[in-house]
Amino acid sequence: MAAAARFFSRRANFKLSLSAVGTGAHSSFGAALLKPSPNCNSRTKTQRRHAAHFTFQPDPVPTQYGEWFIFGEDVAFGGVFRCTVGLRDKYGKDRVFNTPLCEQGIVGFGIGAAVAGATAIAEIQFADYIYPAFDQIVNEAAKYRYRSGNLFDCGSLTIRAPWGCVGHGSLYHSQSPEAFFAHCPGIKVVIPRSPVQAKGLLLSCIADKNPCIFFEPKILYRAAVEQVPEEPYTIPLSQAEILQEGSDVTLVTWGTQIHVMKEVAAMAQEKLGVSCEVIDLQTILPWDTETICKSVVKTGRLLISHEAPITGGFAAEISSTVQEECFLNLEAPISRVCGYDTPFPHIFEPFYIPDKWKCFEAIKKMINY
Amino acid sequence: MKTMLSIISNALCRMTGRNAGAQTVSEGARVVVSRSFADFTPQATFDIKKCDLHQLEEGPPLKAELTRDQGLQYYRTMQTVRRMELKADQLYKQKIIRGFCHLYDGQEACAAGIEASINPTDHLITAYRAHGYTYTRGVSIKEILAELTGRKGGVAKGKGGSMHMYAPHFYGGNGIVGAQVPLGAGIALACQYQGNNQLCVTLYGDGAANQGQLFESFNMAALWKLPCIFICENNKYGMGTSVERASASIDYYKRGDFIPGIRVDGMDVLCVREATKFAADHCRSGKGPIVMELQTYRYHGHSMSDPGVSYRTREEIQEVRTKSDPISMLKERMLSNNMASVEEFKEIDVDIRKQVEEAAQFATIGSRAAAGGSLQPHLLQQPAAGGPRDEPLVQTQVCQLDLNPNLQIHSDPDR
Repeated sequence: MAAAARFFSRRANFKLSLSAVGTGAHSSFGAALLKPSPNCNSRTKTQRRHAAHFTFQPDPVPTQYGEWFIFGEDVAFGGVFRCTVGLRDKYGKDRVFNTPLCEQGIVGFGIGAAVAGATAIAEIQFADYIYPAFDQIVNEAAKYRYRSGNLFDCGSLTIRAPWGCVGHGSLYHSQSPEAFFAHCPGIKVVIPRSPVQAKGLLLSCIADKNPCIFFEPKILYRAAVEQVPEEPYTIPLSQAEILQEGSDVTLVTWGTQIHVMKEVAAMAQEKLGVSCEVIDLQTILPWDTETICKSVVKTGRLLISHEAPITGGFAAEISSTVQEECFLNLEAPISRVCGYDTPFPHIFEPFYIPDKWKCFEAIKKMINY
Repeated sequence: MKTMLSIISNALCRMTGRNAGAQTVSEGARVVVSRSFADFTPQATFDIKKCDLHQLEEGPPLKAELTRDQGLQYYRTMQTVRRMELKADQLYKQKIIRGFCHLYDGQEACAAGIEASINPTDHLITAYRAHGYTYTRGVSIKEILAELTGRKGGVAKGKGGSMHMYAPHFYGGNGIVGAQVPLGAGIALACQYQGNNQLCVTLYGDGAANQGQLFESFNMAALWKLPCIFICENNKYGMGTSVERASASIDYYKRGDFIPGIRVDGMDVLCVREATKFAADHCRSGKGPIVMELQTYRYHGHSMSDPGVSYRTREEIQEVRTKSDPISMLKERMLSNNMASVEEFKEIDVDIRKQVEEAAQFATIGSRAAAGGSLQPHLLQQPAAGGPRDEPLVQTQVCQLDLNPNLQIHSDPDR
């Protein structure tokens, strides 16, 4: 199946190494979670750094997803982030092809193809360019099943787009538009945090019977390195994952920010003696209210963080639901550490992003409330 | 007589700073003095390529007149843009410029030709390959390079970067492909509404030509007869995709369908000038919009992260450089018609190099764009949101050591 993550065969502890977002500094994290498949064999293969972690797997697995095809701007040669390298040679130009520069057309086209039964994987070159297609997604894709009384649906449509800040993207190559789509019943919005998650969640999106938008943190294309099982596997949608158990504060985020939060949790433990529970939301819509609320009931404090601007960002939705469900359990007001309400800046990016210091400060405030 | 003439000739040469050489010859009453400015042809007429027409009976003229001064001015403009772009390339490779940088070298004739035929009070809007137009619309090299390096002295105070440079009557500088075209039509509407006889030149590329919003703009402009010149700068490649692979019809000048169109040789500054003049007259006479396709070429890749040779051959780039380079073409024309001397061009080149060098210096050592209260200039007097409440985060984050005064920050190798 397409879009598998790269398999690195190193027996030693693998590291999820990640450039600290926006600053270019390097920090290594401890081993990320890996649910090893029993057949996880490790052949020696040279690690090739120049290939993206989304490179297609050499062994074609018979797909249960029907005849799929993938299209978008520049996907034929491999895509601007090398996500589709080799697919055209492997599967032919009927199934991997370029579109002209027309996002509305790309998504509309994908909806039509999906409605007629094909598994369509549309790529939008950057999430910042998805807006011309917004009408198609919200008014056509999301409402197809509903308005046709289940006669038609475009469930076999998946839209992929690189997402989030990258250090030098500025206004139009750094946006995180998940909040716009969270407001739209009928679609699913999914954001992975690492290669292992990416493979499982993407396969789930493609298999899911609803149109899905899969945002891929672009800074992680090169920065994230993990051992990923070769066989296809899925990670269930609408299930948040608790990465680290804790008792004092719940930290909720998704995508790139997870790595920042893990650092924040370590800092909080070390400097404040505060035990943090880190949760990756994974699916933004529909989101896993149960896991989050259960966690907040346990800890009593919640910090939500995302790169997108704070007003109307998805943290607001989580915050609102949690205070409804867990009001009496809260020890402190729910904290949101997010981007400012400005366009994503070029030169001010290091100031704009919700970095670990801001999050740490928020935790301190909550603890001392 | 001879002495007087030689005195005069020397005086003339001193004025122009040129070396007379010892070519004063007296043949009776005739004196030949070489290499003084009076010797050059003041004006010449050149044949230019015929433009392909769509929905038009007549097109731009087939001959263009060029005065010496105009020629030198166009040369200077194009050479300045060329040098500036090459300097930007250099600075980018030195990592002094970061982010995005889309270079315009090879396409200078378009910017120079258009500016030569419209008024400074006319309006212009383009996409992200905008440095050339920023210059022709009146921004100094210093301000452009400082903007690229994110310095306070930049035209957008260092906050816009490569794709977001603006000036009076120049609306940028737009990152989203094709989004500037409806804007341009709107500017044209404002011109029509205000009745000021101005027009709007709206530029886009061959990649953007397939965006739906263009056709919406064409329809509105034609319906309301807006004074808008839609110009497609067709440089044969939309990023890495050649026009044949992106467009069902590569006759971009015909894409306006019910809007008349002209296809122009975009490497010839005179051709561009005459065509734009023709188009401007068309608009100003109330006939409505017009589409122009400028066939041009870019030497660099799409942006600095694109080497530009994976989708086209080096031979192709070389061929265009040798056969159709806009600056060389103009220079040869002027030299072969004795409108200027080689030394003169050299002097201009030296002067431009110096200016660009100075601008680069200014751009490299200037102070960075101001942080602090200017982070949210579009909102007046609002406290910064997005962080722990009650803290003026914007002010405290100028330096990371000041970031959290309550926190005992030890030296952190990570940051």
